[in-house]
Amino acid sequence: MDFIRNFPFFSIVLSLFSGPLSSILGGKWAKRVNLAVIVLCGILSGAVLWYVCRTGEAFVYTMGHFPAPWGNEIRAGILEALLAVFFCAIMLLCMLGGAREREAEIETSKQNLYYIMVNLLLCSLLALIYTNDLFTAYVFVEINTISACGLIMIKQNGRTIEAATRYMIMSLLGSGLLLLGLCFLYDLTGHLLMSNIQESVHALVASGQYQRPLLMAICLMCVGLAIKSALFPFHTWLPDAYGYSTVSSAAILSSLVSKGYIFLLVKIFYRVIGFDVFSGSKVIHVLFAFGIAGMIMGSVDAIRESDIRRMIAYSSVAQIGYIYMGFGLGTMEGVIASIYHVICHGATKSLLFVAASGITDASGGSRYFKDLNGAGHRNRLAGVAFTAGSLSMVGVPMFAGFISKLFFSQAAVGHDIKMLPTLIALAISTILNAVYFMKTVIRIYSPLKIPVMDEKAAETGSQETMTGKNAGLPEGYREITMRQQPVKAAAMILFILLNIMLGLNSEPLIGLIERGLKMFS
Amino acid sequence: MDFGNLIRNYGEAVAMILFGIGFSNLLLQKNLIKKIIGLNIMDTATYLFLALKGYIDGRKAPVVVDGIQSVEAYVNPIPSGLVLTGIVVSVSVTALMLSLTIRLYRRYHTLDLDEISTLLKKEEK
Repeated sequence: MDFIRNFPFFSIVLSLFSGPLSSILGGKWAKRVNLAVIVLCGILSGAVLWYVCRTGEAFVYTMGHFPAPWGNEIRAGILEALLAVFFCAIMLLCMLGGAREREAEIETSKQNLYYIMVNLLLCSLLALIYTNDLFTAYVFVEINTISACGLIMIKQNGRTIEAATRYMIMSLLGSGLLLLGLCFLYDLTGHLLMSNIQESVHALVASGQYQRPLLMAICLMCVGLAIKSALFPFHTWLPDAYGYSTVSSAAILSSLVSKGYIFLLVKIFYRVIGFDVFSGSKVIHVLFAFGIAGMIMGSVDAIRESDIRRMIAYSSVAQIGYIYMGFGLGTMEGVIASIYHVICHGATKSLLFVAASGITDASGGSRYFKDLNGAGHRNRLAGVAFTAGSLSMVGVPMFAGFISKLFFSQAAVGHDIKMLPTLIALAISTILNAVYFMKTVIRIYSPLKIPVMDEKAAETGSQETMTGKNAGLPEGYREITMRQQPVKAAAMILFILLNIMLGLNSEPLIGLIERGLKMFS
Repeated sequence: MDFGNLIRNYGEAVAMILFGIGFSNLLLQKNLIKKIIGLNIMDTATYLFLALKGYIDGRKAPVVVDGIQSVEAYVNPIPSGLVLTGIVVSVSVTALMLSLTIRLYRRYHTLDLDEISTLLKKEEK
């Protein structure tokens, strides 16, 4: 059984080497390799999760058997394994759900490049989850950024290249700050392994030395990772990057890439600085304030948007705000709620992106609300999926979003000063969410106004296209049944089931998160 | 105010000023090439900071010559290793940024990011 201790390392290396392998394969084979690697990594991480749940304690895997202060380490506990399984599952569903659009939008000769990027992204996410070394984490943050940039710009048009440039600029600012923070911390403590740094930081705090540089290091790392995960004032790159890239990229970016950085931040809180030091510093108040601002401003921006994909992107800003607000509460309950929200938002937002692509597909490819009337009837499953995702984001019971809102409010109630602002912001944000999501749901189920054509055009005009099922619909509009797109339909159904499962049966998951967080310290 | 520490650690102070220059250039410049120059100044400042922190006065680079193996004789080699890794990362992101810039320039014949945004909006209409 102890062989399972190798699995985190295997899953990282497997996804790393499948990248170069895909570069010599054709598009079809690269896709098969990619899906196989994602499934395999998921299974390996599942085995790790089973192992750590059984033994009840985290294990450390020393790379190359160099002992602690010198060697590089991988560490796996319940929380790490849980998130690895979850990331693999979501990535698989995103890749399946967006396969059709991806193959249409990317040139055939460049298909395999996309899979290289996805493999590298998976590798860097797994490494960010499992690593116990801060500098390794920095290197994989950069790999994550580069492959995410590739995912944005693989669909070649002016919009995506501009979005990729803006994304790169903001990300590089973030990683510059993160690197500087790491250097500060290294100079203060003399270590790069998380557990050693934590010991030294505790000794520093106890002795009262170097308080200001330590605070600076915490600030720099928080701001760096906040920029990279698009916390409110730094979110300007986000709508373009999520709005114009191909569907599976947008889903992966919103539900996985930003979450990888957030999980690294959680690791820094617990494993590097120590949670009591972190919650004692004033940084958490700043994170709390910006989280609340993001919850409201992201939703306000989403209401003003007239493009369905950009609206979902702005909603991500609001949800990232929730997560940072949970950190800002500075309690264990707040962090548990935030991590649950990471999972819930990952499952919901990717569902929304995939469903939105089905809706726009049935409306002649237009993404503007004015053209979306009746799309829920033309593509029934996408309509149902979008409704389910919207209900979850708004926080209706039975869906995942409700549970995370419940936990956020429970976490806030225990807090004397921050209770009122949190509850008010949650209420306002829920109303704003309901405004823009329900507006869209009503729109896709309201009847389509068919423009009156003059008789001549109706007679001579495209008679072939006007026959059959699509008769009576404007040009480009069509009905899409589940049978036409079985893979996408399966992905959407699985996403909906995942959401309902998270909403109805959250106890075991919360228990796992709690045990995982306790393993951290 | 006591500026003694600032003067004694003038190298680190210079590194931080350079970091600030690079950071604000990357953030505020409109011209993409100037942004990339800012990125490089920012990264180099971090490496300068790291290298200074690893240096110990009067000691040599950790390469064993004449059989001296005492720890006291050498500077800390880890920051140099970190700098090397950092340089590799910075080279690759610079290459990526430059290739993006070339793409944008070929399409829109300008290096100004704001102008590109306005051109894009016009394109859509």
